[in-house]
Amino acid sequence: MDNTPSVLLNSTKSSQLTAQLGRFVLYAVLVAAAILFVLPVYVMLVNSLKPLDEIRSGDLMAIPVAWTFEPWLTAWSTAQIGVQPTGLKPYFINSFLLVVPAVIISTLIGALNGYILTQFNMRGASLIFAAMLFSVFIPFQIVLIPMAKTLGFLGLAGTVKGLVFVNVVYGIGFTTLFFRNYYAAFPNELVRSARMDGAGFFGVLFRILLPNSAPIIVVTVIWQFTNIWNEFLFGASFSDYTSFPLTVALNNLVSSSTGVKEYNVHFAGAFIAALPTLVVYMVSGKYFVRGLMAGSVKG
Amino acid sequence: MSSLDLISIKKSFGAVQILHDVSITLSDGEFLVLVGPSGCGKSTLMNIIAGLEEPSGGMLRLDGQDITHVAPAERNISMVFQSYALYPNMTVAKNIEFPLQMRKVAKEIRTERVRSVAKLLQIEHLMDRKPKQLSGGQRQRVAIGRALAREPKLYLFDEPLSNLDAQLRLDMRTEIKKLHQRLKSTIVYVTHDQIEAMTLATRIAVMKGGVVQQLGAPSEVYNRPANTFVASFMGSPRMNLAKVRVVEQAGVFVIELQNDYRTKVAIELPSKPAGLAAYLGKEVIVGIRAEAISLARDDVAITSMQRTVTARVEVIEPTGADTLIVMDLGGYEFTARLEPEARVTVGADARFLLDLSKLVCFDAETEKLIA
Repeated sequence: MDNTPSVLLNSTKSSQLTAQLGRFVLYAVLVAAAILFVLPVYVMLVNSLKPLDEIRSGDLMAIPVAWTFEPWLTAWSTAQIGVQPTGLKPYFINSFLLVVPAVIISTLIGALNGYILTQFNMRGASLIFAAMLFSVFIPFQIVLIPMAKTLGFLGLAGTVKGLVFVNVVYGIGFTTLFFRNYYAAFPNELVRSARMDGAGFFGVLFRILLPNSAPIIVVTVIWQFTNIWNEFLFGASFSDYTSFPLTVALNNLVSSSTGVKEYNVHFAGAFIAALPTLVVYMVSGKYFVRGLMAGSVKG
Repeated sequence: MSSLDLISIKKSFGAVQILHDVSITLSDGEFLVLVGPSGCGKSTLMNIIAGLEEPSGGMLRLDGQDITHVAPAERNISMVFQSYALYPNMTVAKNIEFPLQMRKVAKEIRTERVRSVAKLLQIEHLMDRKPKQLSGGQRQRVAIGRALAREPKLYLFDEPLSNLDAQLRLDMRTEIKKLHQRLKSTIVYVTHDQIEAMTLATRIAVMKGGVVQQLGAPSEVYNRPANTFVASFMGSPRMNLAKVRVVEQAGVFVIELQNDYRTKVAIELPSKPAGLAAYLGKEVIVGIRAEAISLARDDVAITSMQRTVTARVEVIEPTGADTLIVMDLGGYEFTARLEPEARVTVGADARFLLDLSKLVCFDAETEKLIA
């Protein structure tokens, strides 16, 4: 009998084996990396669900023995943050009141800037864009004092509105960058056609450009949402006890020097503060990646 | 019903002048084709008519009204773009409705117009689709439909067929021609394809370097080109051109072809064109179309406008419908369009019949038409 087929079979088997081994190593590395990244989340989660003495007595990695939801409730509604034991709740609301208008306004202004900078053959458009791009690289600390003066002048010091203003101003550089680059690659004939069809300045923006900007809108909204939600320095500098954003409130909770350090409450509070951005990433993360590629790949 | 007047239109970008003093008058129902090589200024001229670019000088009148500084939306001009420019976020129906909506036309009228345009262009079954789901030819129809829906005074077509494949291009060309015959609308059409220009236009403006080289009916542009550029740009194969010397022999004008020290070929002209009298003893450029050259046959007598010459056949190119022959005539390559059965042999001499009623002459220096 001819034995060629069995040799062939053996060789395919061994090559299959190598391929499987490679795959196994690949997955092992990936799983290890994933565990490494998830570990802090795990530590936060398990310790936020333990009574305080379980944390004190030992292992940070251990699963809770006596499960409790108490730290979460404390962090949310009764923890001492300011003068009153209000929990993080009012500051969570502050952060929402800050993030939602700041994201909407800065995104719209970015779209408007991108539209103007790309579609009007404006003299000096690239110079203006370069100047706006520069604002992306200015460190927060440099603008603190001029911004404090501006807010005082506008009568917005110590208010959530003031923080909205600061974050919008700071965000315009980024949002303009995103939209300008997206609209620079936008088919020019569409805009010209709309103009001939009778669409005015805002008609072109709202009926043609924005409806076809979903990828870049998602990128901008996620970017601005996470940045403003996590922003601490402006919050700490320009707000008072009634207008603290969540990040500042969390810092006050954790660094408060009076009484016992309730680590389980701190873990719960930190988790509460991180939840919205986590949710945003989980819901729209794939659009984010797609949107970042949108400029480079032809539709 | 509308006429268009372009009066001394000039356009420059910085120091670069794109359009030099372009004047064209178009009466109602005319189909003007702007044709020329890339960079000749035809698209710029179209953008100026559309209002998408401001001229640096000159004036535009639509129906007698000055529209030089009127915004594109207010001009009542529709444009079909090369890329079709369909709005990707809207369905076909919404695309066609968009210009009407922007003009605040009442809902019932809008629906009616969209319906009738869809019927005219046979795209009724596509109305709920997005542009992405359409083929090239369908997109083209929708783009034309959107332009029609507004019932504008003037239509602009910016190379509308150049993104289609060859067969579809021919079909759509016929459709556009049909549409024009049916609607009797005034159209300005830009193309770099001279065959499109010939087939569609009631008038052609051949442009080069921002100057209108010739403005005239297709037959005029084809048969009496204003200069050698037009002569060689329009028509395929291009017009045969040769530098010749004009002499008078025994009261008859004779042109002598001689290039590269080849044997001189002398051809007697049947008449004494007034334009040529001043060129006796000098050089001119003569032009003759490929179809004005045929094989001489012994059984057919030649007319007074015909002359026979003997030339060597260099190349035979059968195209199916007819056969193109490249011959050597006094050192110049001439192309003749012969019937497919023509019996000629490469490398052998053959006798050809020139129809001199189709001969044109250009000044050797200015390259302008003289006779």
